[in-house]
Amino acid sequence: MAIELKMPALSPTMEEGTLAKWLVKEGDSVASGDILAEIETDKATMEFEAVDEGTISKILIPEGTDNVKVGAVIALIAGEGEDASADQAAPAPAPAPAPEPEAAKPPTENVQIVPETPKRAQVSDPAIPEGTEMVPTTVREALRDAMAEEMRRDERVFVMGEEVAEYQGAYKVTQGLLEEFGARRVIDTPITEYGFAGIGAGAAMGGLRPVIEFMTFNFAMQAIDHIINSAAKTNYMSGGQMRCPVVFRGPNGAASRVGAQHSQNFGPWYASVPGLIVIAPYDSADAKGLLKAAIRTEDPVVFLENELVYGRTFDVPKLDDHVLPIGKARIMREGSDVTIVSYSIGVGVALEAAEKLAAEGVDAEVIDLRTLRPLDTETVLQSLKKTNRMVVVEEGWPVCSIASEICAVAMEQGFDDLDAPVLRVTNEDVPLPYAANLEKLALVDSARVIAAVKKVTYKG
Amino acid sequence: MALIHQRERFSVLVKTPAAKPVRKPPAKASSKAPVLPEEGSNHPRPRNPERYEASQEELLHFYKEMLLIRRFEERAGQLYGLGLIGGFCHLYIGQEAVAVGLQSALEPGKDSVITGYRDHGHMLAYGIDPKIIMAELTGRGAGISRGKGGSMHMFSTEHKFYGGHGIVGAQVPLGAGLAFGHKYSEDGGVCMAYFGDGAANQGQVYESFNMAALWKLPIIFVIENNGYAMGTKVSRSSAETEFYRRGDSFRIPGMQVNGMDVLEVRGAAEAALEYVRAGNGPLLMELKTYRYRGHSMSDPAKYRSREEVQNVKEKSDPIEAAKAELLKMGVSEDAMKAIDKEIRTIVSEAADFAETSPEPDPSELYTDVLVEQY
Repeated sequence: MAIELKMPALSPTMEEGTLAKWLVKEGDSVASGDILAEIETDKATMEFEAVDEGTISKILIPEGTDNVKVGAVIALIAGEGEDASADQAAPAPAPAPAPEPEAAKPPTENVQIVPETPKRAQVSDPAIPEGTEMVPTTVREALRDAMAEEMRRDERVFVMGEEVAEYQGAYKVTQGLLEEFGARRVIDTPITEYGFAGIGAGAAMGGLRPVIEFMTFNFAMQAIDHIINSAAKTNYMSGGQMRCPVVFRGPNGAASRVGAQHSQNFGPWYASVPGLIVIAPYDSADAKGLLKAAIRTEDPVVFLENELVYGRTFDVPKLDDHVLPIGKARIMREGSDVTIVSYSIGVGVALEAAEKLAAEGVDAEVIDLRTLRPLDTETVLQSLKKTNRMVVVEEGWPVCSIASEICAVAMEQGFDDLDAPVLRVTNEDVPLPYAANLEKLALVDSARVIAAVKKVTYKG
Repeated sequence: MALIHQRERFSVLVKTPAAKPVRKPPAKASSKAPVLPEEGSNHPRPRNPERYEASQEELLHFYKEMLLIRRFEERAGQLYGLGLIGGFCHLYIGQEAVAVGLQSALEPGKDSVITGYRDHGHMLAYGIDPKIIMAELTGRGAGISRGKGGSMHMFSTEHKFYGGHGIVGAQVPLGAGLAFGHKYSEDGGVCMAYFGDGAANQGQVYESFNMAALWKLPIIFVIENNGYAMGTKVSRSSAETEFYRRGDSFRIPGMQVNGMDVLEVRGAAEAALEYVRAGNGPLLMELKTYRYRGHSMSDPAKYRSREEVQNVKEKSDPIEAAKAELLKMGVSEDAMKAIDKEIRTIVSEAADFAETSPEPDPSELYTDVLVEQY
C-alpha cells in the first residue's frame, strides 16, 4: 500500500503553503531524513524531509503550486517490495493513516464545558475564646511574629531578601529574626530581585518554604517573571506534579513623598493571575493570621503590605496559633445603608468615612477584602443584598482595578440588588507626583468616599 | 566552514579565572593611586578531567540512550509535520552526548536537574518513560503533565527533574534555588542547571552566578553551546564567545568540554562533581555541541549552510563515534542492528501510545490551578 505524503505543518500557525520545489522525482528512492521538497510558508522557505523509506511513486501536486492546504496529499511513496508503477494508474484510495491535522480539528468542539463550581471551603475566622488577652501590636511586629512563629514550627521556612538580616529589615519588619534563627535561615541577598525571586521559587519547587521579602513591591517588577511564569503556573503546567509554595512579601502601594517609581499598588496586577494567592491585609491581627496561613499553604502567595500602615497599632489576640482563612473577607463595621468595600490601607480610609457618615445619619457597612485572589464575592454580594448600594475604595489606579472587578461582580451577580450604580473611589489616574499638595490630591481620602456614598444614597 | 574555534577544537580545558591576575604597580607612584583590593586567596580549581574509560557495557548503555533520544526526536519531528504536535517543539538532535554524558554521572534521587525548553533529551537521559513524554508532546491526558504543559513544560519530581522551562534563562536562578535547597537540607545533592549560549546572555544568569558563588551553592552551570541562539550565531550575539570564562567575575572556574564525545563529557562531569561535592561552590561547564535541526520546528535555518550541518554530521556525530568505538571494542554489527531495532520499537510504541491515547478530559481545564481549596 502506498504511503501518502501530506503537506506538512511547519509552524504552529501554518494553514497552507506553496510547494516551491520538488527535490525528488517519480521513481527516486528516498530514505528517512532525505530532503524531498521546499515549501514556502508565510514566514520562510522550509525543507520537507522524508519520514519513511521507499520509492516516490507519484507526485500529485506539481512544484510552484500555491495555497496547498496542510494535510493535502502531495505525493505517494511505495514501500519496500511494492510496485511503484501501480500508483501511476490508480492513485490511492488509501486509508488515511494519519489523523487530521490539529488545526482542522478543534479538540473539544461541541463539548459543553461546565466549570466546576469553585469548591469554597466553608470557613470563617476561628472564634476567639472569651477572655483572650488582646495585645496592642503594630502591623510591623505582627508580621515579624508571624514569620518567627512559622520558623519555629517548620524547619523548612526561611526568610530571604535585601537587608533582612544584619540591617534588621529596611522597614524593620524582620527585626530580631537573625538573632533567633541565625544566618542559615535569615539571608541577606545582594540587590538582585530577579535572581533571588528565582532562587526562592526554585527552593520552593525543591521542597522548602521560602519567604522572599521585596524591599518594596516596586522592585518586584524586576522579578515579576518568576512570580508569574515560574511560581504561579508551575502546578498547572505540571499537571499537579510540581508545587511552588513560596511567599513573596513586602510593602506595596504609595508610601510618602517618594515619587512615581516608588509608589504603586500592584494588587490588581497579581490578582489577575490564576495560580497565585494574593493577600493584602489591613490590621495587625489579619496581618499576622494571614501571613501564617500564607507560609503554610501549598500555593504561591503574593503578600502585599503597606509601609504607611506598618507603624499603626491594633489589637492582636494572644493565642498560641492565630491562623486565619485565606480567601475570606471581613466585615469591619456593620451597617445597613451602604456597603463600602476596600482592602489594605483603603480600609482605614473607609472606616474614617464611615464614622463621619454615621454622624450624618448614614449607616455604612465596611468590608475588608483581605484576600484579593481568590476574591470573597459571597460576602460582598450578601452585603449588597442588605444595603443595595456599594462604593469601592482603593488606594490605586482606577483602570482595570480591584474596584473595577467588584463593579463587574456586582453587576453580573447582584444586578437585582442594586439601587444605584457602584462607584469607584480610587487614586487619580496619574503617576504619583512628588509635591506634597499634588500627592495629596492624587490619593484617596475619606472626603471623596463620603461624596461617593452620598451619591449612591442619593443624598449628595 | 569550521564549526569550532580552531585553537581549541573540541578540547577539554580547565581554566580557573584570574588565576594569576596581572597587577603591575602604577607606572608612576602617586598618592592618588587607586587602592586595589588584595588578591583573593588561591581559589580551588577542579582537577583536569580525563576522558572516561567506559566498559563495553557502559558505552553500550550510553549509545542506547543517545540513540533513543535521536530516534525519539526524529519521530517527534515527523509527528509535528503531521500536525499531531502543536506549538513550539525544539529538538535535541546532535546534542545527545551532553545530556547522556553528564546525567550518567549524577545520582538519581539525590541530584537535581533543570533545563530550558529543549528538554526531551534530558528527560530521556534520566530514564523517564518515552511514552508519557511523547504523549505530552501530542497533548494527551496520559502525558507527563496531563497534557497541560506541552514540549517545553515537563517535570518529574520523582526523578528530581524540575523542568522544562519556557522562559530563556529562568531555569538558572531556579536551579540555584534547588542548589540552595540541597545545601539548606544538607542532603548531599548537586543541581545541574542547563542553559544555552543564548540564555548565557540573560542578566538573571549573572545574578545567579553571583549568589551561587557568594553562598557556595552546590550547582553545576552547564552551558550547551550549540553555536546559535535561535538564528543568531554566537559571534554575533556574544562579546565573550568562550563561555567557560563567563564565570570569571564571580570566581567560578570554567571548563570547556567537547560535547560531541559522550566519554569526554562523562569524564568532565566526574571532575566537576568531585569539585562541587567537596563544597567548593559552583562550577561552570561549557559543552561545545551542535544542533542539526532548526531552533524549533518552524526554523527555516537560513543562517547557516547545509554544508556546515553536513560537515558536523559526517565528522563529529556523537552517536556514530560511539558506534565506531563499540565496533572496535568487538561488538558485532548484528548486535548493533539489534539495538537499532530495539530502539525503533520503543519509539514506535511511544508514538503509537501518544497518537492513540485520548486527549485530557474537558474537566481537566479547571484542575491543578491551585493545590488547596480556599
